[in-house]
Amino acid sequence: MKPILEAIDVRKAYAAHVALSGVSLAIPEGSIFGLLGPNGAGKTSLIRIITQITGADSGEIRFRGERLKPEHAAQIGYLPEERGLYKKMKVGEQLLYLAQLRGLTKADATQRIKQWIARFELKDWVNKNVEDLSKGMQQKVQFIATVMHQPSLIILDEPFSGFDPINANLIKDEILELRKQGATIIFSTHRMESVEELCDNIALINRSRKVLDGPVGLIRDQFKTNTYVVEGKGKLILVHPDFEVVEQMERENGHFYARVQLHAGVRPNDLLRYLIANVEVESFREQIPSINEIFIRRVRETMPESLVEETV
Amino acid sequence: MASKFLLVAQREYLTRVRKKAFIVLTLAVPLLMAAFGFIVVKVASSDNDSTDVVEVRDDSGLNIASRLANSTQLQFEPSAGTLAEAKKAFQKAKHAGLLYLPAGLDVEKPEGVQFYGKGNISLKKQQAVETALNKAFSELKMQKSGLSQDQLDRLRSKVSLQAISLDDTGKEADSNALATSGMAYVLALAIYLFIFIYGVQIMRGVGEEKSSRIMEVMLSSVKPFDLMMGKIVGIAAVGLTQFLLWGLLSFGVSSVIAPLLVSKMDKKAKTEMATSAKANPNNMDNGPQSGGEKFEQQMNEQGSVKVMTGRFKAFEILANLPLGTILFGFIIYFLGGYLLYGALFGAVGAAVDDQTDTQQFMLPITMPLILSYIVGVSVILRNPDGPVAFWMSMIPFTSPIAMVIRLPFGVPMWQLALSIVLLILGFIGTVWVAARIYRVGVLMYGKKVTYKELGKWMFYKG
Repeated sequence: MKPILEAIDVRKAYAAHVALSGVSLAIPEGSIFGLLGPNGAGKTSLIRIITQITGADSGEIRFRGERLKPEHAAQIGYLPEERGLYKKMKVGEQLLYLAQLRGLTKADATQRIKQWIARFELKDWVNKNVEDLSKGMQQKVQFIATVMHQPSLIILDEPFSGFDPINANLIKDEILELRKQGATIIFSTHRMESVEELCDNIALINRSRKVLDGPVGLIRDQFKTNTYVVEGKGKLILVHPDFEVVEQMERENGHFYARVQLHAGVRPNDLLRYLIANVEVESFREQIPSINEIFIRRVRETMPESLVEETV
Repeated sequence: MASKFLLVAQREYLTRVRKKAFIVLTLAVPLLMAAFGFIVVKVASSDNDSTDVVEVRDDSGLNIASRLANSTQLQFEPSAGTLAEAKKAFQKAKHAGLLYLPAGLDVEKPEGVQFYGKGNISLKKQQAVETALNKAFSELKMQKSGLSQDQLDRLRSKVSLQAISLDDTGKEADSNALATSGMAYVLALAIYLFIFIYGVQIMRGVGEEKSSRIMEVMLSSVKPFDLMMGKIVGIAAVGLTQFLLWGLLSFGVSSVIAPLLVSKMDKKAKTEMATSAKANPNNMDNGPQSGGEKFEQQMNEQGSVKVMTGRFKAFEILANLPLGTILFGFIIYFLGGYLLYGALFGAVGAAVDDQTDTQQFMLPITMPLILSYIVGVSVILRNPDGPVAFWMSMIPFTSPIAMVIRLPFGVPMWQLALSIVLLILGFIGTVWVAARIYRVGVLMYGKKVTYKELGKWMFYKG
């Protein structure tokens, strides 16, 4: 699919440190894109360049093939990590103001606010000051402000921090709904496990550099170690030139848990056949690496050992 | 992007104007001013307008008592009987004094005139009595030397000085130092207060946006420059609204209260004149017509004519000031000064995390402002064409106040033009600097900012 956003060799340095050193990305239209990495890796710097809050020192951002310009701001919705609203402004007026700043007409904005308010059950709060709302409600208002102008690119920085589980699910559903309607979503987070099941594509960023990117499935395949998790009953004694036990644990009542790595060219059915002949198999599945594991492995591969300890 | 700037300005304006504090303050100030004015008038009138009655026991046989002219301060009333009786009557009555003219008073060398008062006799009162006596004696002397009363009346003259300033071109203009200085003072105070009150509001506003962490959301759709200027302009509109409402309300309140005061004073003046007419019947014998009614009417006409010329005079003096230039200059320096300082206040708000940290950055901003005001109302007001006045009216940080003080006194065109150009350059410069500090500062949290740091921010790229 054609990318909605491309970053080409983007560099940004502040007085004391380098935030981005030559980052290139392509975000496919209609996808959910995970921008992942530890705190301080440069995620927020990149987002601030995409949202035109700051400019890059060099490099280029392209939005639908065009060089990014102020007019594109109306097509981008941004939920910053630091949530904030005008505390002494009424919920309805605040949403109207933010919508108008993003280019909606007053009539359009009013109508959409009505819909979103109803959807998020905030009707009784429209004429209340923001400071009178609970944290969760403020987050909902902020989410509405982010997506109200129907942006084609929605950037959510640490999207689920601060939400209770119920609201987090609500937001998750809304995001999936928006994607269905054609929006592209960027998740930026250091908690990789919180978004990995949602993302189609990811980019891993560490210490101002991109260390890995691509479709999640492909990356996982790439980082698979041909390891299988076996659980069953009986005495598992594996001595075989084709397999290697990575980990094995005895459990109560003669049960066991083992992770077995297949040597090159060996197929899982070969292992299964061997197992069936020797023990009673209760479960057999391939071990899929988590994004977090991939990240750590990738960092170890690309960085001197001394720095890895600090990062991981 | 102009529409975003307007949206920001509109929000800044509306949220402030609708606040309770704004409405209360807007209503309270004119009322306080009116109450204050009322008290001042009341105090002033109770001091000046009270007319003291002085009894006159005239044993001189020169008929001096009838020649003592009543004034707004004193009213002379002849007293019957001997001195002892007069003293007794005086002690019972509520009169301010008893004047005794002894028998055998020498016109050429009047000695032995006594003035009895209750408690301490004020110097002012004593002087007023003396003035009246001196006048009566000199008239008496003139009459003795053969002048008729008619001639005497014509000899009376009342001179009041008309000060005229001669300018370089030889043009003459009524000069009234008080009116000119007063105007200069009021204009300077207006600019000073406006910059201070609303400049601090800009700073607070930016600080609020920063501490509520809405900055990042805002900046993803508005340019920092638009956000800053929108706030500055929006708050300026708030200030102008407030000043305008204060003006209108003060005018309204005073136009309700003033007639009350004036009618009260008019009544008082009329009764005074009537009583003086009755008390001094001799004065009227000389006029071709007689009768209290005619006299009262005549006095009223005179009175109102005097008031009229007084008012006309004030307008004339004001009209002779370079009003067009003053108005033009005031608007330029009012707006220019506010925008220049407003941008700096905005930058301070952006630079610090915590309102309590503003102190160290506030000082260099408020110092030129306070300095120009203090020097302005002391040195410049006294010597509006001196070197201090010249230089301070050129430097953009002091010129909004310094030049406005000079304006009513007349400023050479080239100086005004140069000062305005410098102000505009200064304004562009400070806005540029402020916008850079603002842009970096609004997203900078948890850092104790120093001047060195601010200097670095100047050169950060976009």
